[in-house]
Amino acid sequence: MEQTLEAPRASAAAAVQPKKRQRRPRSAKLMAGLIIAGAIALFGILGPLFLGDPNAISNDTLAAPGNGMLLGTTQTGQDVLAQLAHATRGSLTIGVLVGAMAIVASAFFGIVGAYIGGWTDETFSLITNVMLVIPGLPLVIVISSYVPDKGLLLIAGVLALTSWAGGARVLRAVTLSLRNRDYVAASRVSGEKTWRILMVEILPNLMPILASQMVFAVIFAILGEAGLAFIGLGASGTWTWGSMLFYAQNGLALRLGAWWWFVPPGLLIAVFGAALSLINFSIDEIINPKLRDQTLAARKRWNTPRTKKLTVPGTEKTSS
Amino acid sequence: MSTLEFHNVVKEYRLRGGWHGRTLKAVKDVSFAIESGKTVALVGQSGSGKSTIAKLLMQLERPTSGQILFDGVPVQNRGAGLRQYRRDVQMVFQDPFASLNPFHTVGHHLARPLKLHGKAKTAEETDVAVAELLTRVRLDPEMAAKHPHEMSGGQRQRVAIARALAPQPRILVADEPVSMLDVSIRLGVLNLLADLQRAENLGVLYITHDLATARHFSDEILVMYQGEIVEAGPSDEVILNPQHPYTQLLAEAAPNPEKRLAL
Repeated sequence: MEQTLEAPRASAAAAVQPKKRQRRPRSAKLMAGLIIAGAIALFGILGPLFLGDPNAISNDTLAAPGNGMLLGTTQTGQDVLAQLAHATRGSLTIGVLVGAMAIVASAFFGIVGAYIGGWTDETFSLITNVMLVIPGLPLVIVISSYVPDKGLLLIAGVLALTSWAGGARVLRAVTLSLRNRDYVAASRVSGEKTWRILMVEILPNLMPILASQMVFAVIFAILGEAGLAFIGLGASGTWTWGSMLFYAQNGLALRLGAWWWFVPPGLLIAVFGAALSLINFSIDEIINPKLRDQTLAARKRWNTPRTKKLTVPGTEKTSS
Repeated sequence: MSTLEFHNVVKEYRLRGGWHGRTLKAVKDVSFAIESGKTVALVGQSGSGKSTIAKLLMQLERPTSGQILFDGVPVQNRGAGLRQYRRDVQMVFQDPFASLNPFHTVGHHLARPLKLHGKAKTAEETDVAVAELLTRVRLDPEMAAKHPHEMSGGQRQRVAIARALAPQPRILVADEPVSMLDVSIRLGVLNLLADLQRAENLGVLYITHDLATARHFSDEILVMYQGEIVEAGPSDEVILNPQHPYTQLLAEAAPNPEKRLAL
């Protein structure tokens, strides 16, 4: 029996490197994304603790960066850096809230419906499809313009409501394929309960997809909130990147050349979005290794000196 | 002593498409019995309904009509009755690359049925029981920490067998347990199954399309063709003296080293 011979050798090899059970692909993309997003998140979490009151008015109006104010002041003499820290915290809070709510909703409608099947699946699919065809941002504008007292939670809820449907469709498709796998049948044969099969056997295999959906939902939420706040429909009394831009626009920052007022929030939106996209790309590469191979191949082609190609005789003529 | 009986079991699938809902009769009026201590082979080509029988037997599908009896009592398909049935009747799936969850370790796959059927309570008990199960299928107990993708096909199928044995069943269904494995290790897995069957006095339903191993490992052979059992009887009789034309065809097709070719 070759297995019995093989077994001790394999376990000995495993003992040599105990922690390395799965080789995680570590890409520069993922690292860059994590570092940038982490730095911005850290700024949002710690910044407000050290910087002053973003609403405090001073006589030093519309001052350029310098003179003790790292990012200058607004038209009413408020500290832009303090505002930026609070805005980062506000935007990230909305992003995380929406991401969490959207992922729970899409997991519920996508996974549960697909696993149970029958009428439940039909109903859940119908709800998903209806939510999918409703145009998101206009609905958000309509809802948030009707509600008089807009809190952070309400805005997050409205954004989550319009952003979960796409993810639910993807999760439903993958669950439909997973539920027919033999290991699901095997756990049923073992006597596992339905909810346990869903949570323990199916859900972990959906993790990469859930993570990528979540990142996407966070990007959508931050951009959506920025859009809403910019047109004056954001959460009242909360600083976000969008509300900073709204006040900068109202204060004629562009006309007055006060770039330090509108560039920082705009830049942070762009950079944070880019960082999350980088993370999302690398999750995609983990889900679909073919993508990674393509990236590696492309990089190899880039790094190969052109002259090398010419040294191979014959190939030049046949390719041209 | 346990028996599992199929009485006139019919399974129809409703096909989608077209104006009229067509039905496919996957299993037509099938009756047979499996007893402890005996191996029954179910032989037939792909699409003959073998795997449907396995699914019906495991209560993964419900029969359209007919009865499945365990020890003379109709099998319940929910609640405590089903749980008890699952303790007594277990299954080894065809494809060991699909029947183990890639996310979980071997230990998880074996610990779950042990816990579900009250064979082990504390963590230490579970560890001991898992190690013992792995030894019984001739694997290194250290393998409990491994993930399925770190193992060979033969090792995975042994894990699948160990999982099926965990609740200490009376009846074991093996749905083409070696068809996905490399030819060189098939015999090892089949011999393991046969040894376990003898040691535990299991009743085994060995589903296969391979007449030679069916004859070698089983006491009785059922030949299935297009959803029906066309021939049944003791192994040697069915192989050496086939009555039904389909069985004759199967027996003819099997390579026979003793028969010389007239060149």
